[in-house]
Amino acid sequence: MSTGEPLLEVTDLVKHFPIKAGAIIEREVGRVRAVDGVSLTLREGETLGLVGESGCGKSTLCRLILQLMAPTSGSVRFQGEELVGRSRRDLRPIRRHIQMVFQDPYASLNPRKRIGQIIGDPIELHGLASGAEVKRQVQDLLDRVGLQAEHYNRFPHEFSGGQRQRIGIARALALRPKLIIADEPVSALDVSVQAQIINLLEDLQDEFGLSYLFVAHDLGVVRHVSDRVAVMYLGKIVETASATELYDKPFHPYSTALLSAVPIPDPRRNAARERLILEGDVPSPIDPPSGCRFHTRCRWATEICSAEEPDMIERERAHLAACHHPRNVEAATHGAGNI
Amino acid sequence: MSPILEVDDLRVRFTTQDGVVSAVDGVSFDLAAGEVLAIVGESGSGKSVTAQTVLGLTRAPNATIEGAVRFGGKDLTALDDRELQSIRGEHIAMVFQDPMTSLNPVYRVGDQITEMIRAHRDVSRAEARDRAIELLRTVGIPNPERRVRDYPHEFSGGMRQRVMIAMALSLEPEVLIADEPTTALDVTIQAQILRLLADLNAERGLAVVLITHDLGVVAEVADRVLVMYAGQVVEDASVDDIFYDPQHPYTWGLFGSLTPLDAPQHSRLPQIGGAPPSLLSLPPGCRFAPRCPHAFEKCSQAPSLETRAATGHLDRCWLEPAQKSTLREVDGRIGLRQVVSL
Repeated sequence: MSTGEPLLEVTDLVKHFPIKAGAIIEREVGRVRAVDGVSLTLREGETLGLVGESGCGKSTLCRLILQLMAPTSGSVRFQGEELVGRSRRDLRPIRRHIQMVFQDPYASLNPRKRIGQIIGDPIELHGLASGAEVKRQVQDLLDRVGLQAEHYNRFPHEFSGGQRQRIGIARALALRPKLIIADEPVSALDVSVQAQIINLLEDLQDEFGLSYLFVAHDLGVVRHVSDRVAVMYLGKIVETASATELYDKPFHPYSTALLSAVPIPDPRRNAARERLILEGDVPSPIDPPSGCRFHTRCRWATEICSAEEPDMIERERAHLAACHHPRNVEAATHGAGNI
Repeated sequence: MSPILEVDDLRVRFTTQDGVVSAVDGVSFDLAAGEVLAIVGESGSGKSVTAQTVLGLTRAPNATIEGAVRFGGKDLTALDDRELQSIRGEHIAMVFQDPMTSLNPVYRVGDQITEMIRAHRDVSRAEARDRAIELLRTVGIPNPERRVRDYPHEFSGGMRQRVMIAMALSLEPEVLIADEPTTALDVTIQAQILRLLADLNAERGLAVVLITHDLGVVAEVADRVLVMYAGQVVEDASVDDIFYDPQHPYTWGLFGSLTPLDAPQHSRLPQIGGAPPSLLSLPPGCRFAPRCPHAFEKCSQAPSLETRAATGHLDRCWLEPAQKSTLREVDGRIGLRQVVSL
C-alpha cells in the first residue's frame, strides 16, 4: 500500500507530432496532439491505473515518462529529479529504477537471444553483478516469476504467450526498479493466463514494494489492481479518483460511458442495467474539438462545453474531474463548477 | 424449432512435421433460426477451426475432416469448392476478428461490397451500389453515400468492422458466423457492434454463431453457450445455466479468472494453474484433469459429453452434480479452488 511520498510527478506534459508536407522543402501542416497537457503523480508503493480508448495517448505518455521520446514541453520528475532534457548518459542511472513491461510478449523479446541473456544483460550493463553471480540472479528471477531455472538457455519461441510475459516481467525486475510501467501487460493473453499474470504482478508488488503505472483498456483489470485510476481522453486526463470512487461514482460522462460499455459477465444483471452507449468514434487528435474535447459525443453537452475548456476541479477529496456538468455530484458543488 | 445448421461429430486433424494435431475432436451442435450461439474457449481450444470448417475454410492437403455439417439438406463437408461457394455469403456469412486486415486496402469499400453482390446476383452496377449504400446505413455508418467511395484506411477499426458486417449481410444470409468480431475493438465500439448484432438478430431473425473468449460478451448477446477446451466441447447449456449453474471445473476456472467491475479489489484471483495440453499429445482421460484441483481416480477415463445436471445441460465431468455447488464456490463467487498438492 502507498506510503505517500511522490515517486513520480508529471506536470503539464505535452507531446505534439508534427505532420509534414512538401517533397523538398518540408513544412509543418498540422500537429497530432497525442499528449496535450497531462499531469499526474504516483506515490511509492501505489498502483495508478490509466484507462482510455485506443489513440487517446496512453502509450505515448508511457514513453514520455521513460524519456524514450522527448516531450514537446512539460516536466517529469522522478524522486524529485527532473528527467526532461537530460542526456542519455545522465538518464542511465535513473532508468534502472523505471522499467517497462510491454503489451506484446511476442514482439518484445529478441528472438535470437537466450532467456539468460535477455534477463542477464541489463544486470551486467548496469554493473549490478558479473560472472556467475549474474546467472544466479537470473535463475532466482526465473523462479520468482514462476518459470524454471532450466529455462536459462532457451529461446523465446520455445515459450507460450503467458510464459513470455513472465520473462518480460523478470527482465523488468532484474534491475530492482522502484517503478514499473506496464503498458497493457495482459491484454494479449487468454483470460486464465491474465489471472495468473495479475496475481504475479500483485505478489511482486508486495514483495519488492514496487509502484506500478498500469495502462489498460480493460476496466475490470484496472480496477482490480489499481489504488487510483486516471481516465484519459484525446490526450488529456479527464478524471482521477480512487479506484472504488471512480467505479462507484464517476463524475465525468466519459468515465460513465466507458464503464457502461463493459459487458457484465452476468446475463440477468447485464440485461437489467441502464447503459449509456457512446455514438461515433474518438475525434481526430489532429484537430480536437474546441472546449471540452468530449462534447461532440456527450449527452449532457451545452453551449459552454464547446466554448470553454473545463479545468480539473477537485470536487471531492482526491477525486478530480474536468467537466462542466459532472454526474453524481451534490447540487451545491455542481453549481460551483459551472461559474 | 428445427435447426438450420447442424454440426455432427466434427473432427479436424492437421498433419504437421511434429505429428498429428487434433484441433477439433468430436464437436456437435445445432443452431436454430434466430438463435445466438456462443462458442467460448481460449486460444487453441478449436473454436475458430470449428467455425472455419463449417464454411470449408480449413480444407488443405494436410487436413483430415470427419463428421458432418448439415445445412439446407446438404452436408457441407462433402460439397466441392464451387458448390460451397454458392453457400458462402449467400446463406452462411462470416465476419473475422481483425477488421484491419480483412478488407482489401487498394479497393474502395463500396466496390468491395458491390463486387460481392454482383458475384452472386444478376443486378446492375448502379443497383448494387444503391444496395451497398443501404447496407452501410443499416450498420450505422454515417454519410454512406460519400463513404462508399472511401478506402479502408479512411475508416477506423470499429467502422471497418461495420463494413465487414455490411458485406456479410449483403446477400441476406440466414446464418452469420462472427469470429471474435469485437476483440480488436475498444469497449465503447464493442458495445456499438454488439448492439448492432443484437438488433440484426431480433429484426431479421439472423442466426449467429459468435466465437469469443469474453464471457461478458457472451452474457450480453448469447442464448446458448458451448465451452470448448482442447478441441472438445466440455459444457453445452443455455446462457443462464452456464452462468448460474456451471457444471465443468474449466468453466468455473474461466469465471474465477475474470475481474468484473464489482469483484473485490487486490484479492488473489482463483486462477487455473498450468497451461492447456499440447494438441499433439493429449492426456488419455479427461483433458482438463491435469489442471483440475478436483480430479480423482475416475478422471483417468475420458468422460463423454452428456446430460448430468439438468435437461438441456450437457457436460464432460465425472464429479457428482450434487457436489459441484460447494466445490465451485471460492470467496463467495464461482471459481476454481486452489488445492495445495502434497
